[in-house]
Amino acid sequence: MHNKEKNTLFTLVISILVMIVYATIIYQKKVVPDPAVINDLQFWGKYFILFIPIAIGSMIVSYILFAIINKIVTKEDLEDVQDERDKLIELRSIRISHWIFTFGFLLAMGSQALGMEIWVMMVTLIVSGMVSSLVSELAKFIMYRRGF
Amino acid sequence: MAKEFISNTIRKQRFMNDEMTQQQLADAVSVSRQTIVAMEKDKYSPSLELAFRIAHVFKVPFDEVFQYDAEKDPLWTRKKKRETVQK
Repeated sequence: MHNKEKNTLFTLVISILVMIVYATIIYQKKVVPDPAVINDLQFWGKYFILFIPIAIGSMIVSYILFAIINKIVTKEDLEDVQDERDKLIELRSIRISHWIFTFGFLLAMGSQALGMEIWVMMVTLIVSGMVSSLVSELAKFIMYRRGF
Repeated sequence: MAKEFISNTIRKQRFMNDEMTQQQLADAVSVSRQTIVAMEKDKYSPSLELAFRIAHVFKVPFDEVFQYDAEKDPLWTRKKKRETVQK
């Protein structure tokens, strides 16, 4: 397995972990004491915005961690060259993630059109965002492995 | 997916150039070693720009490094099928 495949897999695992931990903390601290908060748009906006820097920070930390672990294990530096193949793989994975998010967005709007509660829309939006980012990383990994 | 109708002789050319390493070739054309590996395994077809650069590094004509087999190209086989159906 090459460094880029390993890095993609590492990022995938870290992003899943961060999402699970963040969602669990918010659920335990905010939703369990007051279940009515799930239909409050301010609650969703606040914790969604808070998640953005946490996700970015965790990606930076995971990259640094991966570089350190890789250096210790293989005694090699990470290649920082992003060539045409990397850019193509990135573009294709972004395209896949955009399609998934668009589908999720339509589902979320559909839930409102059908008169469902606000939390259904927000959960659909967040889940589609998470799934699209996970599938994007997975697609990258597959494309690095399989070639195209 | 690899394009079966485009092949290359990068591995052979490296051998002919004093067993040049994949890393040396990668550095010479400013790509990662993984991209050279993918090309050698026919898992990636490079851009025209990169293909010319590789041929330039080996100091050989372009078609000595990259070959195109029209018989295997699905574009022409599809067109041929369509033409025979129309006839």
